Amino acid sequence: MKWSGLKKEFQYIIVAIIVIFFAFVPLFGSTYAITLSSTIMMYIVMASCWNMFSGPAGYISLASGAFVGLGFYASGFLSTRFPLPVLMLAGGLASLVLAVIIGSITLRLRGVYFTIFTFCLVELVKAVMTWYEIMVVRKRGLNVRNFGPNAAFYAMLVMVVIALAVVVIVRKTRFGMALTGIGESEDAAAHIGINTTAYKVSGFAVTAFMMGTVGAVRATMLNHIDPTSAFNMMFSFLPVLMCVFGGMNTFLGPIIGAIVFAALQYNLITKIPQIYMIIFGAIMILSILFMPTGIVGVYERVRKAIENRKIQKVGGHL
Amino acid sequence: MMSMLEATGVSKSFGGLKAVLNVDLSVNKGEIFGLIGPNGAGKSTFFNMISGAIPIDSGTVIFDGIKISGMKPDRICRLGLGRSFQAAKNFAGMPVWQNVLMGALFGQKGQSYAQAMSAVDEVLDFVGLNDLRDKMVPDIPLAYQKRLEMARSLATRPKLLMLDEIMAGLNPSEVGEAMELITKTRDSGITIIMIEHVMKAIMNICDRIAVLHHGAKIAEGTPEEIAASKTVIEVYLGES
Repeated sequence: MKWSGLKKEFQYIIVAIIVIFFAFVPLFGSTYAITLSSTIMMYIVMASCWNMFSGPAGYISLASGAFVGLGFYASGFLSTRFPLPVLMLAGGLASLVLAVIIGSITLRLRGVYFTIFTFCLVELVKAVMTWYEIMVVRKRGLNVRNFGPNAAFYAMLVMVVIALAVVVIVRKTRFGMALTGIGESEDAAAHIGINTTAYKVSGFAVTAFMMGTVGAVRATMLNHIDPTSAFNMMFSFLPVLMCVFGGMNTFLGPIIGAIVFAALQYNLITKIPQIYMIIFGAIMILSILFMPTGIVGVYERVRKAIENRKIQKVGGHL
Repeated sequence: MMSMLEATGVSKSFGGLKAVLNVDLSVNKGEIFGLIGPNGAGKSTFFNMISGAIPIDSGTVIFDGIKISGMKPDRICRLGLGRSFQAAKNFAGMPVWQNVLMGALFGQKGQSYAQAMSAVDEVLDFVGLNDLRDKMVPDIPLAYQKRLEMARSLATRPKLLMLDEIMAGLNPSEVGEAMELITKTRDSGITIIMIEHVMKAIMNICDRIAVLHHGAKIAEGTPEEIAASKTVIEVYLGES
């Protein structure tokens, strides 16, 4: 994975400022600001963790909706009896188990087949849950206890810190290097002693765990959940969109993407609910066409262009 | 003599096509062993089965006293079997030195980062890629990309190195360099099996040669024996 043109330390400082800014929102902000911030932070966790695995390994996962949904239902089943951290842990573990099972079977599939499978997985889990509610309990949806906007807010904040720490640790250690190797050439990686299956499944599982935890928190903000709101394809698509827009395989990219799109969605979903998806789709297509390396990539290109111009002025030639 | 690789009755079919048919092969420790044959003879398929890239249909492979047929490539690699690919497979998004570092880090268990980095310097020096160490893979000539693959495999500290057409597309002086490098590698204690079409190289540096044709082994012997063999001249050399 590469760091963008900005110095590592500088990127950490930017992120630290963002996190500290969020931490102070409840002191001054309205309920609206607190809820919006919680949503943004959820997407920071989701996009950063999605990017941690799918970015370097090149396995584009659309299973995020399934993991978030499991988090929703962990909260749905347990929220009346247990505190929030237990719900998060339960949601995370449920997602982790699903990811290990699914990963062991499907991470052998290469390229687009893996993506298609993960896409179907969300629908599959949703169908199972719907069947369970209709046929077994005969009650649609579950009520979730609300721990108050501040509890959800701080839970999300803690998850952002944990997620970004995990992302940094993964990219600095051989775990991240192995994932990058797999993405660059899976055959070469396997033939220099990288246990590709083990690394892929663990990377996928860590991502799933993080998504399960924020899913559990998210559910407590909604009061009522059902299979449609839980296993929502938007949870699968948005992290991808955020990473493409911000810049895949970069540290800042997913964070920038998450802030922009979470804020956009939060505002547009109430004002123009029919067409905001069209806008997102258009942005996605334009991003892929005109800035395949995302906002961070555009910044880098501009910086390089300026540098080249400087070199030309001096008369140097590379 | 001690045997490094012992393949018995190795076969592979793709659908109706029998790519490799009941091949026996024994390679001794410290040997440079050549594997030749016309295009489509099954040489690369044979390599792929030995290294674990594709599953073996039938037969067994013993490497340095351990049965490796059925194992996954990463385990086979850590046992000490390295390989290069016919079409160079490098980590294109990394500079040359990091490609080698990957081999050094993951090739053996318990390698510290510092150990791996010193292995990188050593290997880059050995194969003569030190001048290109900071270049990205797509920016270096193809001849060097193949050598980089060899370097990455060497960094895993193999006992046996399998080289798949490492000299393809090289000019005569580069072929000379590659021959020197391969001999030097063998002299450092690494057994070598190489697939090659460059006859000059094969005949000069190999201790023994096996010839594959339509998936079957049709001859085996010293370079002199192979050059004199009627069957080989008919099916192989006669074609060109």
